[in-house]
Amino acid sequence: MDVLSHLRRQAIEYTASLHREGFVDDQFTQLQKLQDDSSPGFVFEVVTLFFEDCEKLINNMRRALQVQTVDYKQVDSHVHQLKGSSSSIGAARIKNTCVTFRDCCEAQSFEGCARCLDRVTEECRLLNNKLQILQSLEQQIVAAGGSVPVLQ
Amino acid sequence: MQLHVGPQLALQHPAHLILCPTTSSIELASVSINSTASTYPFTWHVQSCNCIEPQWPAEELLMKYQYISDFFIALAYFSIPLELIYFVKKSAVFPYRWVLVQFGAFIVLCGATHLINLWTFSMHSRTVAIVMTVAKVLTAVVSCATALMLVHIIPDLLSVKTRELFLKNKAAELDREMGLIRTQEETGRHVRMLTHEIRSTLDRHTILRTTLVELGRTLALEECALWMPTRTGLELQLSYTLRQQNPVGYTVPIQLPVINQVFSTNRAVKISPNCPVARLRPLAGKYMPGEVVAIRVPLLHLSNFQINDWPELSTRRYALMVLMLPSDSARQWHFHELELVEVVADQVAVALSHAAILEESMRARDLLMEQNVALDLARREAETAIRARNDFLAVMNHEMRTPMHAVIALSSLLQETELTPEQRLMVETILKSSNLLATLINDVLDLSRLEDGSLQLDVGTFNLHAVFREVLNLIKPIASVKKLLVVLNLAPDLPEFAVGDEKRLMQIILNVVGNAVKFSKEGSVSITAILAKSDALRDSRTPDFFPIPSENHFYLRVQVKDSGVGINPQDIPKLFIKFAQTQTAGARNSNGSGLGLAICKRVSRMVTKGLLLHLGCDVTTVGSTHECLRVISQDHRVVFMDLYMPDGFEAAVRLHEKFTKHHERPLIVALTANTDKVMKDNCMRVGVDGVVLKPVSVDKMRSVLSDLLEHRVLFEG
Repeated sequence: MDVLSHLRRQAIEYTASLHREGFVDDQFTQLQKLQDDSSPGFVFEVVTLFFEDCEKLINNMRRALQVQTVDYKQVDSHVHQLKGSSSSIGAARIKNTCVTFRDCCEAQSFEGCARCLDRVTEECRLLNNKLQILQSLEQQIVAAGGSVPVLQ
Repeated sequence: MQLHVGPQLALQHPAHLILCPTTSSIELASVSINSTASTYPFTWHVQSCNCIEPQWPAEELLMKYQYISDFFIALAYFSIPLELIYFVKKSAVFPYRWVLVQFGAFIVLCGATHLINLWTFSMHSRTVAIVMTVAKVLTAVVSCATALMLVHIIPDLLSVKTRELFLKNKAAELDREMGLIRTQEETGRHVRMLTHEIRSTLDRHTILRTTLVELGRTLALEECALWMPTRTGLELQLSYTLRQQNPVGYTVPIQLPVINQVFSTNRAVKISPNCPVARLRPLAGKYMPGEVVAIRVPLLHLSNFQINDWPELSTRRYALMVLMLPSDSARQWHFHELELVEVVADQVAVALSHAAILEESMRARDLLMEQNVALDLARREAETAIRARNDFLAVMNHEMRTPMHAVIALSSLLQETELTPEQRLMVETILKSSNLLATLINDVLDLSRLEDGSLQLDVGTFNLHAVFREVLNLIKPIASVKKLLVVLNLAPDLPEFAVGDEKRLMQIILNVVGNAVKFSKEGSVSITAILAKSDALRDSRTPDFFPIPSENHFYLRVQVKDSGVGINPQDIPKLFIKFAQTQTAGARNSNGSGLGLAICKRVSRMVTKGLLLHLGCDVTTVGSTHECLRVISQDHRVVFMDLYMPDGFEAAVRLHEKFTKHHERPLIVALTANTDKVMKDNCMRVGVDGVVLKPVSVDKMRSVLSDLLEHRVLFEG
């Protein structure tokens, strides 16, 4: 029992820190709420999907920016998609970066876009790591026989 | 005196000597004889004529007149009896013949007297005098007799005269009465004829028209008019006239004093030709309008008739009939004519009421026929529906039972084989569940039989406690998965064995407990079974339940309490109505009402799908417009789409094209991060039913769904 409650506390604290640091926002909490007995791996599935999409989209963006005449509209559409996805799961920092990225696209500034692209890539990586940690914590909790705590 | 003068006598003295015409002898008118000679040696043999001398000389005028008068009197007197005889002979009856004779004799004798009198004016002989005297005497006798007789006769004659007068009067009176009777008879005839005419038709207009025509003819009226009350009852409208074919809708207010006067009595009332109801013809200058009479005509309704009671004067409507005598005719309304009018008015009222009753009954009959037809149709439709339902149920039952039986049969077979305890437990659960399901399928039919009233209970002795334990065992697995605590409380005085339908009882309890478990996310479910006492039986929530306590029966009260979301108080009455669903979106959709969703965008698709699954909806996800249109059907109620899809708007348009009828088309909801005006306009242009701002939370999705399903439109933000 001690182990379990310790683990749970850890998970809660970690989630809270994620919130604090702005990695995730309320939408992520909503996502966690959707996870219940009928769909236990929901968050994991969604997050996995998200990072797959992320990777794909970032690759697309990179390719789009590597051509001679950059089609900013296309870049913008990719960024828009990423923005949508990130806001769906509550990846706040990624979303904000996308907003800036879209402005750069609109301004058709290559430098800006390149910079934003780098930032977005970095954010994705960071979030991925953090969520993986959270994921492993939760797995441990479940293995110990408890239920995943949801931050209220 | 006759005087014979002898030869010896010598007249010494002068003597007047007259020659008497009657006897032609000389009469000595006067003799003066000297009587001194004493010795007359002679005897006088004077033979004088006995003629009488009249008083006065015949030549005198008076005598002449008397002579003439006497002559005429005699003439008259002789002619009177002749006349009498003549006329009496002529007359048929004369009762006094002997009077006539007597009177005749009297007259004749009077005449004779006067006639004889004619001879006495000059010297006349004694014979004449004697005849005269005889005649006079006779006359005297007869006239006295006549006078005496007349004393008797004259009163008689007078009375005859009186009787004659009396008879004359009587005759005159009878004549008058005859005249009256004749007029009355004629009036009666007219009334009968009028009545016959009026009553020979049941059409209101014909009745009124005929009345006016016949009255006009009978009474030789100049104009005859009927004023009917308007619908509001505040005015009288000129409805029918005799002479003018189409009277203009001329109205007068009903509260005029003259109208009130006429309406207050059932007699015909003479009114002034100048009052508004009588001014029907334009008055030319020289017309002296004829007398006008008005009478009320009661308009009776069905409700006015009591059994033995002619309708009283309560709230009644009258029509006004106005009759005008010809102008310049100096005719006046006679009493019998007024009577005629009154009788006719009554007859008209009766005829009108009959017509009204007939109309009413015909209308009622038509209505009944219509209703009958409609009822018949409804009955046939209901019968068809019931038959269709029964057929369907029978077929479905059969279809459902076949696989069910297969499961049951094979599970039982499996039970017979070698099994580990765990497997045995599983097989037993499978068997029990399948049996229950089979029972459920049977019971769908039962439900309709219950409604038809043909449900039979399978009564037998069973263990009541065991039923509850069984329910508990069946429900425990599900409850433990949901981490719900299930508690069973059986009252100590609850009998262990009971007589009833065990299967159905278990079914009911299982149903209720199952519901409790299904809709509680956490907490506990408690089942309490107690023996219900009579005072605790009546529940205000079930007013139709009238428990009758008795020796052989007991009432079992089962209470199931859970800690679930609860039921909306408004929905509680609907609980035991089959197939009725409550409206709270999301939580109750776990029955699978076919909410299908098609979402197009991976992560948000996944998230939205998760949201909707969490709320209990059926979700279908597609990746493109093409796939969406392929997959979509009428079962899908809402389509969620991400508008930044390459062809997001187009999908909406295509959906509109595919489902032309509004109620078949699923609702289209756009999920977007951007809800500025341009976006909204675009959305409305393509016919999107709602726009939701991303990101969507559970609560937001729940409220979105409930709004959508309620209002069929949602524009947020």
